[in-house]
Amino acid sequence: MAKKLHDTPMLDQLESGPWPSFVTGLKREAAKKDIMVDLLGQLETSYETKKGYWKGGTVGVFGYGGGVIPRFTELKDENENPLFPDAAEFHTLRIQPPAGMHYDTATLRKFADIWDKYGSGLIGLHGQSGDIMMQGCSTANVQPAWEEINAMGFDMGGAGPALRTSMSCVGAARCEMSCYDEARALRTIINANIDDMHRPALPYKFKFKFSGCPNDCVNSIQRSDMATIGTWRDNIQVNEQLARDYLKGHGMDKLVNDVISKCPTRAITLRNKADAISGDSISTVAVDDQHVIQIENHDCVRCMHCLNVMPGALLPGKDKGVTILVGGKSVLKIGATMGTVVIPFMKLESEEDFEKLNELSRNIIDFFAENALEHERTGEMIERIGLVNFLEGLDLDIDPNMVNHPRANPYVRMDGWDEEVEKANERKAAA
Amino acid sequence: MAELRAPDECGVPDPMPFMHPTLRENYGKWVFHSHPKPGVLYHRAENGAEVWTVKFGTARQLDGYTIRLLCDLADKHADGHMRFTARSNVEFMLTAESKIEPLIKDLNSHGFPVGGTANSVTMISHTQGFLHCDIPGTDASGVVKALMDELHEEFIKCEMPNRVKISTSCCEINCGGQADIAVIMQHTKPPKINHDLVANVCERPTVVARCPVAAIRPALVNGKPSLEVDEKKCICCGACFPPCPPMAINDPEHSKIAIWVGGKNSNARSKPTFHKLVAAGLPNNLPRWPEVGAVVKKILTVYKADAQPWERMADWIDRIGWPRFFEKTGLPFTKYHIDDWRGSRTTLNASTHIRF
Ligand code: HEM
Ligand code: HEM
Ligand code: SF4
Ligand code: SF4
Ligand code: SF4
Ligand code: SF4
Repeated sequence: MAKKLHDTPMLDQLESGPWPSFVTGLKREAAKKDIMVDLLGQLETSYETKKGYWKGGTVGVFGYGGGVIPRFTELKDENENPLFPDAAEFHTLRIQPPAGMHYDTATLRKFADIWDKYGSGLIGLHGQSGDIMMQGCSTANVQPAWEEINAMGFDMGGAGPALRTSMSCVGAARCEMSCYDEARALRTIINANIDDMHRPALPYKFKFKFSGCPNDCVNSIQRSDMATIGTWRDNIQVNEQLARDYLKGHGMDKLVNDVISKCPTRAITLRNKADAISGDSISTVAVDDQHVIQIENHDCVRCMHCLNVMPGALLPGKDKGVTILVGGKSVLKIGATMGTVVIPFMKLESEEDFEKLNELSRNIIDFFAENALEHERTGEMIERIGLVNFLEGLDLDIDPNMVNHPRANPYVRMDGWDEEVEKANERKAAA
Repeated sequence: MAELRAPDECGVPDPMPFMHPTLRENYGKWVFHSHPKPGVLYHRAENGAEVWTVKFGTARQLDGYTIRLLCDLADKHADGHMRFTARSNVEFMLTAESKIEPLIKDLNSHGFPVGGTANSVTMISHTQGFLHCDIPGTDASGVVKALMDELHEEFIKCEMPNRVKISTSCCEINCGGQADIAVIMQHTKPPKINHDLVANVCERPTVVARCPVAAIRPALVNGKPSLEVDEKKCICCGACFPPCPPMAINDPEHSKIAIWVGGKNSNARSKPTFHKLVAAGLPNNLPRWPEVGAVVKKILTVYKADAQPWERMADWIDRIGWPRFFEKTGLPFTKYHIDDWRGSRTTLNASTHIRF
């Protein structure tokens, strides 16, 4: 039994309504724990004054330099005594979930038990970067709680100027669009560079994200410094039975309006069977006895739209791999940036392929560590030095897939033209 | 201190031992999915193996009782496994169609809304707010709860033209991310500097460097080293506040809420896009932010009525044009909608493409 609840008239208004209420959850814990009684007191004060009352500090676990988000209350009386003493320390442990956020119930129960014992009982599943957020722990309890969590086989996530916790989509586990083993790629890269997560020493944060296809369900282009996104080089695969089922279920107008006319590059054509064209780069599938749809795969940009609308009838090709984009980040300081292509295609199947991806990520982190200014993200660094300098620093070949269009202004010194043409010819010969 | 245990740097756990057995056995072998009803997905693997997924919403901030309840439900219905989506929805995997309805009944009886699949308004991706951030201008969980109460029907039905992803952020750093509709704190007054504190706690060069418009200068105030802000230059972004808490940017009255639309992460049809400003100046009206809810619902109502199937918010506006977006939603177009930050010329209409 905990001490008496503070009055929380503002928060109480968030207990009604059809959506599950976090306030009701906080109150359930407050019935057992003083830390939650006082957390509710501080939160209610924030609601009344529209002000936050946490400040950071330094709290960590033995052996690591990051992963705990320290929070100390700033709500104090004139003698510097906290108004809500039992929640005066309310730290969070960021814990990395299994790739894809799969759990068995035994594991979740254990987390709940550990957090009953050492913390507030409140667990955020999950943070925007993908961490299990064990929220509300006193300074004294951080170490013992961590030791029990670590003994379960779970490791601390990232915070500060460090490699951050990563995310991958559900992908191969339950999605036919998946073009590579997302979980394996995530674990290969993160676990090989785990030192940069636990001992923050980079110019600023660095995030990897992994999506199995261009639907990019984990928002990797906009939210990660290096995005690994599945794609394919050969023709879209087709399944005639499912294509016919689609037409039967939806009708010709849907096929035309929802699928064909929404292809961004007009790569899809509806033809009478008799007029069907043939060629190595054409995917053809009959939708009824009279009509076929045909996709010119050289024109297709792998946007996923038609595959999304006709699931199973159209599937990614067999020659799968990944596209790598670098430099996505949020607003601070130059404005939000998206990742841009640095590798249009690489295979990601064999041991060596994964090793190559691993090496690439290590090189990118190293380049970032050496060249970024303090508090500068990778995208800002690239904007400052130019993409070409970044590519040359990493020994990556340039490629027209990296631009929307060639430069539109003449303000550049081009006396190295002949050498560059030679290099382009060499690249062509090597390909 | 001798007992301190050195960490086992085990890294990201292998998902296989945690994964539902049907997913594990068919890893990388799925060939088909369909959407039998809101909140339910069907997947088939190449060998014919089948799995039904039931998806439902949570408060994200979960207390021990709720976590154990989820575990009890998963043990009873879903072979003791579950997974979470990036938006804090939970997915239970079922091996027979007959298990769907009993599960949904059980979930609903415990207050979990089933939905969030395909062309629904799914759970709002959210930030930390008053609960745990040290710089928030407003709350996060509360805004999300208030909005999801309003949008509950759109979560449990799937009646939108395409999926709708909403995010909220309690400062302009925008941890919530790009979204079809993003609700973001927007400060409107420069920071009020607490000069007494600057002298004590502030690493002044760091703060000076953090300002995107170089509005901060070191200065002597009352004989003590402090900072001053050129209020004409200041864009009220709040970037100086995290490294220097005396730069008080949060203001109960002047910190407002802005709404942005048309962000899209997926590459489907158009390339990914950033969201664009459509409304601002909304009051930070706790605990239920009714003014914000009203604008979000207005935008969704127009989108739902007007967009073609499969058009995301950005695709729809791309077709109808921004003037008609403002016309149809009734939102005023102001000078603040015209960008003047770097690169802004590319956002101007350099053509005679005008819809009448
Ligand atoms: C100082 C207080 C801050 C707190 C308490 C805070 C807290 C958080 C938390 C809890 C998350 C989710 C993390 C997770 O999923 O594990 C997050 C995400 C994020 N934070 Fe912060 N943050 C702070 C400052 C900042 C600053 C200064 C920036 C940028 C300069 C920033 C940018 C972001 C971004 C962009 C995300 C989204 C991550 C993503 O892309 O997935 N945050 N923040
Ligand atoms: C069977 C698996 C899945 C399929 C087939 C699928 C399909 C799709 C499709 C078709 C889109 C949108 C494309 C469009 O804009 O038209 C999309 C977007 C998205 N999906 Fe999934 N998805 C799957 C699983 C997931 C999961 C498990 C999550 C979350 C953990 C997720 C999160 C998202 C998000 C956040 C977006 C939006 C990106 C944006 O804002 O554009 N998806 N997905
Ligand atoms: S990104 Fe692609 S492969 Fe991954 S879950 Fe989304 S649709 Fe499936
Ligand atoms: S995946 Fe290719 S063919 Fe299909 S809609 Fe997109 S660009 Fe067109
Ligand atoms: S959006 Fe801003 S205030 Fe909210 S959690 Fe992120 S950093 Fe904190
Ligand atoms: S609020 Fe932003 S623009 Fe204003 S002084 Fe601070 S960092 Fe500079």
